Amino acid sequence: MAYSNKVLEHYNNPRNVGSFAKDDPGVGTGVVGAPECGDVMKLQLRISDSGVIEDARFKTFGCGSAIASSSYVTELVKGKHIDEAMTIKNTVIVKELNLPPVKIHCSVLAEDAIKAAITDWRSRKGAANGDSGEAEQSVRGEYVEGKSSRG
Amino acid sequence: MVKLPIYMDNHATTPVDPRVLEAMLPYFTQKFGNAASRNHSFGWEAEEAVDKARNQLATLINAKSKEIIFTSGATESDNEAIKGVVEFYKDKGNHIITCVTEHKAVLDSCRALERAGKASVTYLAVDKYGMVDPDAVRNAITDKTVLISIMYANNEVGTIHPVREIGRIAKERGIIFHCDAVQAVGKIPVDVERDGIDLLAMSGHKLYGPKGVGALYVRAKGPRVRLTPIIDGGGHERGMRSGTLNVPGIVGFGAACEIAGQEMQSEGARMRSLRDKLQAGLFERLDEVYLNGHPTERLPGNLNVSFAYVEGESLLMGVNDVAVSSGSACTSATLEPSYVIRALGTNEELAHSSIRFGVGRFNTEEEVDFVTDRVSREVKRLREMSPLYEMAREGIDLKSVNWRA
Repeated sequence: MAYSNKVLEHYNNPRNVGSFAKDDPGVGTGVVGAPECGDVMKLQLRISDSGVIEDARFKTFGCGSAIASSSYVTELVKGKHIDEAMTIKNTVIVKELNLPPVKIHCSVLAEDAIKAAITDWRSRKGAANGDSGEAEQSVRGEYVEGKSSRG
Repeated sequence: MVKLPIYMDNHATTPVDPRVLEAMLPYFTQKFGNAASRNHSFGWEAEEAVDKARNQLATLINAKSKEIIFTSGATESDNEAIKGVVEFYKDKGNHIITCVTEHKAVLDSCRALERAGKASVTYLAVDKYGMVDPDAVRNAITDKTVLISIMYANNEVGTIHPVREIGRIAKERGIIFHCDAVQAVGKIPVDVERDGIDLLAMSGHKLYGPKGVGALYVRAKGPRVRLTPIIDGGGHERGMRSGTLNVPGIVGFGAACEIAGQEMQSEGARMRSLRDKLQAGLFERLDEVYLNGHPTERLPGNLNVSFAYVEGESLLMGVNDVAVSSGSACTSATLEPSYVIRALGTNEELAHSSIRFGVGRFNTEEEVDFVTDRVSREVKRLREMSPLYEMAREGIDLKSVNWRA
């Protein structure tokens, strides 16, 4: 069982390793997994006020496939609106990295990390605005009636 | 100049020593007879070679030649010992005492007997170094106990058990003592008389012999141990293990044992010094490295350490020009972390961060230096990518975090 070239590439040259300041209001932080399971992913997304993911950083404790999955995700989400990013499925990651069945759970964790980071950003933005419900609504509204942020 | 990739996983298997290979070769195409062919010279010369090997194995463990049965490997030997004893002595009792850190060949044999309702088993715990307490063995004995099975030295963390004391206890109470000595034979002195062992499993490919051959020592006197065979057929090996003997493999196994006996002392010292150098180098260059297993009662070539905040499989991927193994879940087919490391009471995260190095006959000091450097650099790189390292440096107690898994 050799590793796929894509996984090795991300492992040797990981994209966007690092951290944003946690208390930066424009940053959503998602931490998923647990040390007992051998997999912990921290994904941070810098999101514009209009909900577009401008930048991403990751740190992962886990196997090569977990590192590659989170590295790939930082590339995948950049430029996307958070509503679109929330719909990213782990299968996209599996396909891109040629993950074998025994490593599929790594891609699921990466999918969870995206959701966790966005949810964190939303709740912090909502708290800042004094009302989380309204903030979410307005963000969604913008996406639906406006043009796609990527033009 | 080191030649890559470097092999440092000698507990998993070892390369065949060129001298062993040379001894084996004639038995493939020239002296290829079946050792059980009684009526012609091809059979006689094969039988002679097998007898010589039997002697070589017996000498290494201070047994008698006729007490050695050849098998396909130590897994088979362990199966035969455990299932063979329980079946033969079933009128005496059906209780087995063993230990949680045994090899799967022992644990699974015990579990199979439990599932079939043929035995009840006590799995003794180990201390934080992986050592079993002889008093715990004594206290677990009941009037239904027919077998104690404790390995000589552990394959993952290298810890050597107090075998002599256990042998003494078994003798006192008249219970058969089986010892999976796969990792110990040929590396440290094993003596079935001194150690009070009644059944002993050994494997060719762990001591620079070929794969596919093993042996089971079965005591003939003091007491005489009887077994019900698990393989039926032509009655080979005094009825205990039917099947045509793997003559070339057996010849190789014999040669490997002879070499091991002759070189054990000097090789043991050299292995110990290489291992100690590797250990010192890693501990010097990195912080938060933890030794798994006993610091002194340990196989000479074994080093098992956990590098905190770095997962094992990712480290192996990073040092892909060095062959070692890990106790992390990601490296196992079942996605479970090493049950041996867990049994030491180490926290699970450190089990996922464990790496096992097995220094062997063909490793050099240069290779140890290369590996020390390579591993240290990769651990540092991975720690920079690790959210756990980041949290630890910020002073966060990882045990207090509410992880959403």
